[in-house]
Amino acid sequence: MKRVYLDYSATTPLEPKVLEAMTPYFTEMFGNANSMHSFGQEGAYAVDESRRKIAELLNVKPTEIYFTSGGTEADNWALKGGASAYKGKGKHIITSKIEHAAILSSCAQLEQEGYRVTYLPVDKGGIVHPEYLEQAIDDETSIVSIMLANNEIGSIQPIKELAAIAHRRGAIFHTDAVQAMGSIPVDIADLGVDMMSFSGHKFYGPKGIGVLYIKGGIKPDKLIAGGHQERTRRGGTTNVPAVVGISKALELALNHLDENYRHVKAVRDHFVSEVERRIPHVIYNGDREKRLPQNANFAFEFIEGESLLLRLDLSGIACSSGSACSSGSLEPSHVLLATGLPVERAHGSIRFSFGKNTTMEDVDYVLDCLCKTVNDLRNLSPLYAEFTHNGGKL
Amino acid sequence: MYNERVIKEFSNPQNVGEMKDANAVGTVGNATCGDIMKIFMKINENDVIEDVSFQTFGCAAAIATSSVATTMIKGKTVDEALKITNKQVIDELGGLPPQKLHCSVLAEEAIKEAINNYLKEYKNKKN
Repeated sequence: MKRVYLDYSATTPLEPKVLEAMTPYFTEMFGNANSMHSFGQEGAYAVDESRRKIAELLNVKPTEIYFTSGGTEADNWALKGGASAYKGKGKHIITSKIEHAAILSSCAQLEQEGYRVTYLPVDKGGIVHPEYLEQAIDDETSIVSIMLANNEIGSIQPIKELAAIAHRRGAIFHTDAVQAMGSIPVDIADLGVDMMSFSGHKFYGPKGIGVLYIKGGIKPDKLIAGGHQERTRRGGTTNVPAVVGISKALELALNHLDENYRHVKAVRDHFVSEVERRIPHVIYNGDREKRLPQNANFAFEFIEGESLLLRLDLSGIACSSGSACSSGSLEPSHVLLATGLPVERAHGSIRFSFGKNTTMEDVDYVLDCLCKTVNDLRNLSPLYAEFTHNGGKL
Repeated sequence: MYNERVIKEFSNPQNVGEMKDANAVGTVGNATCGDIMKIFMKINENDVIEDVSFQTFGCAAAIATSSVATTMIKGKTVDEALKITNKQVIDELGGLPPQKLHCSVLAEEAIKEAINNYLKEYKNKKN
């Protein structure tokens, strides 16, 4: 059976050149990067070079790059470490309603500890407007954290404007760039952010490695106490192969950013226009313009998302309903609800995310299966029957 | 997360669709919760369920339990059908993931709803 992977926002396959770069650090050059002998120094050198390369690619200083176990740890560190370090200014945090669980769960913990958290709303396209932040920020606001682009609907936030507002009121600004990095141009200096999280496996790098960029002079308290790794700010034996991997993956992603962007956007745009042409009663969730090139998210009326996802899986097609992390729960997506989508339509929403390996043939196969599957499930749906009995009126 | 039997029942459900000449119809659930089941039955003068069909909006577990529940009550009397529990439906499917157990309640409730409607409407008319 043909298999088509359209879940690149969940994770991507490792690029063979990245695996090639990583492999020697598992077996031959296995030393602990903290050891003084030559085995250790081989690892330390690779980590230094990787850090230098990432800093150069992002036009920041190597001392501003901190390796973590992934995007979730980077988000936890930025938020909890930032809130704790800057609580002298005040115990008010501002974020948005559409953040990843790594941020929202960290905020929930901070609320337990007596912090006040404001969750900014979004418009129906999933965009946080700068005026929402202007209204919410006050003299006690110590940290503002807004994602660069959303994982479910791909909406790209006006980070530069948001960061400027935070700075005018003396707050520091963090952005979760996990979905954006490697997909769209990210200019840290121009955005003016103080901290930024990203993760290797979203741009064809390995899982289990992420970066927290921390601007010089910004000092969040440490999240993980341990040895002297990461300039004593993040303990734990350095994952040398993964560090080499994320550096190589970022290099490849940024060096091919334009061509990958164009390709991914072309297959996505073809998919979106064909779904809208061939399937009636669909809602394209998210903003049409301010959107990541890899993301498409549709609500298919009268059917439920999980059954659509599993029927497509039986045809070899991988996509996602809600976000992958919450698919064990029965709650509809908090992101779609924040955009004002009614609960029943949020239940029927599916994310398709495209990658550099997706072909037009893949998309055409998916479109055929999708049309048939949506039709089959609608024929099973009492809501659709009711709709047709009413002469097609909702 | 689902066993093979559930996937089989979900991908190829039995007794699907609307029944024009049904004399017992029951609808339970709501779209906000994410599942709705509508069941149609044709019950004869001896209170035997001669035919049954369903329409379900919901997840794979909701569709699979709907399907298997209809096969379990076909040919049964109304009294026998009323005794079907969600536990029996789950056992017939060989189990469901814990967070999906509530979906099986939908089928049990839909059967009871349809039969109660039948007893109220048709039985009363006959008497």
